[in-house]
Amino acid sequence: MCANHDSPPSPPSRRGFLFTLGLALSAAAATLAGIPIIGSIFGPVRGRAGQAWIKLGAVGSFPAGQTRLATYENPFRVAWDGPTAKIACWVRRIGDDQFQVFAINCAHLGCPVRWFPQSRLFMCPCHGGAYYEDGSRASGPPPRGLFEYEYQIREGQLWVRGGQLPTLAGPV
Amino acid sequence: MAKLTGGLRSVVGWFEVRTGLAEALTPAVTHSVPRRTASWWYVFGSATLALFALQIATGICLALVYVPAADQAYQSLQYLNDQAAFGWYLRALHFWGSNGMVLVMTLHMLQVFLFGAYKYPRELTWIAGVLLFLCTLGMAFTGQILRWDQDAYWGLGIGASIAARAPVVGSTLVHVLLGGPIIAGRTLSRFFALHVFVIPGILIALTGLHLWLVLRLGVNEWPMPGRVVDRETYRKRYEDEVHRDGVPFFPVAARKDMVGMAAVVLAVLTCAAIFGPNGPHGVPDPTVTDASPRPDFYFLSLFALLALLPPWTETVILLVGMPLTIALLLALPLFAGTGEKSWRRRPVAVLSVVLIVLVVTTLAALGVMSPWSPVMDAGTALATPVPYVQGRAPLELQGALVVQNKQCRNCHSLDGEGGRRGPALDGVATRLTRDQLIRQVLQGGGNMPAYGKNLAPAEVNALVAFLETLHPPNQPPVRAPVTPRPVAHQN
Repeated sequence: MCANHDSPPSPPSRRGFLFTLGLALSAAAATLAGIPIIGSIFGPVRGRAGQAWIKLGAVGSFPAGQTRLATYENPFRVAWDGPTAKIACWVRRIGDDQFQVFAINCAHLGCPVRWFPQSRLFMCPCHGGAYYEDGSRASGPPPRGLFEYEYQIREGQLWVRGGQLPTLAGPV
Repeated sequence: MAKLTGGLRSVVGWFEVRTGLAEALTPAVTHSVPRRTASWWYVFGSATLALFALQIATGICLALVYVPAADQAYQSLQYLNDQAAFGWYLRALHFWGSNGMVLVMTLHMLQVFLFGAYKYPRELTWIAGVLLFLCTLGMAFTGQILRWDQDAYWGLGIGASIAARAPVVGSTLVHVLLGGPIIAGRTLSRFFALHVFVIPGILIALTGLHLWLVLRLGVNEWPMPGRVVDRETYRKRYEDEVHRDGVPFFPVAARKDMVGMAAVVLAVLTCAAIFGPNGPHGVPDPTVTDASPRPDFYFLSLFALLALLPPWTETVILLVGMPLTIALLLALPLFAGTGEKSWRRRPVAVLSVVLIVLVVTTLAALGVMSPWSPVMDAGTALATPVPYVQGRAPLELQGALVVQNKQCRNCHSLDGEGGRRGPALDGVATRLTRDQLIRQVLQGGGNMPAYGKNLAPAEVNALVAFLETLHPPNQPPVRAPVTPRPVAHQN
């Protein structure tokens, strides 16, 4: 160490204080401004809480042994959703109170699968995934069977639990 | 006339005294560049910039009319197409401009790579360029979403499904991407903000950095075999070359740049006038189930890859392979920053370019044909060709009906028409015996679903009878080999 540098630290000056204050205030302002900014970007993350029971229709409108398209309105819709507020699913009635309700989204990459009653298969137009009538994977790239909704029958109505885009990270 | 130019000069002078812009910019415009870089090979960068400027201008004009709300976006696009002044042409320009920008930027990147321009001291120029390329692809994807049609809706589904494959954070990513639990109004608003504010801001900032670096470090010299880049000597040698044999960028090199810029803009103007805008294709109503979503051309190769990869490799390739590829591109100048620049001495570089271009274009071509997609309306739209039913026995005709009614041709073609997911059925009798046909129909396998539960025995019988007739007249159906009886050993 050079002797010259051993001099006692200079007393805090007004300018030094102002500089530190400026830095600290800017950091505080940036942090405070950051809260709503980051918050709004990650606001939509609500996990599994974003689900609701949705009425699909009278049980009688789904003939036993058949698979039919049913549509419902997104329970979390906003006024400007337009046509995207609608969501479709495939309802298979096995017996009296026995149903399977499949998401329309292919388990591979989410394209809309179509039901072919004659060959009793669901086929996907994107990458050629195919599923049997019970939703299990028949062929193609899907890593699993179709996503299935939880369902209930209340007072003759079929209800499903939904509201999320079904993906591998959060099925239905 | 002299009075007029005199007047103009005094106006320019008035501004110059106050702004000093000419004084500040003249050295940048007239700086010396190596003589051989005044070449047609060097025009792709400025051409990309010209298209970017066109995208900004047409984008602003579209934003004057476009409504970024999920319930009205589609109608506003139709209004642009049909009623707004120049709306149809502006949409076409913006679409073809984006195609052109991705294409010309790719050419620029390939040229820069082959000319070794990413090597010392231009590493950061390359890194900024790779980020610009990624941002441009980001613009392409978000722009495709703003078209807010069926392709946009299901394209978002594909994007979200890819994001969902990320471990742990998959669900969070999906929600952040979609702005909610599902594709809806908030999703469009998010993508509008990305396409119009966030990514363009980053693009403009990065373009500024990229150009600043080009000016500061000089245009990459024409690579000569044997002239190896060495960190100690490179800059001095470059400056000597420019000093000894340089030409002013403006007007000598800029002449070709100007021609290049005008040429790509004219090409976009022409394509837009001839081919018009893209879509919108169908209201984004997810309850309309006859959608067959297809991405724009920039993502066709990825679309094809996702159909052709073995399923178990998909997640790994998406989550590890793609980030690794991007990291490799970004890090390229850090591990290959010195050495030979000339493509004549870099066989691995040349082969990589050939391989990448071949793979990407082949995949994109396959994406256009998408032979893996079933022809969803084959059962109702394609008639069984007449020669395939002529002279057939009643049972065989029943079988032809089964082929038609059970949508076999969604995946199998007859006479060249139908799906290509599975093998063509013409000549199937020359490949499979009766027993093999029955087994294949009942049990499936090799990417074919099993039809055992969906066909009555009589239907299977008829179907196989028909399939057995499918062979060329001069080639008999294959028969099961007769296995010789084992000779009993007598002791």
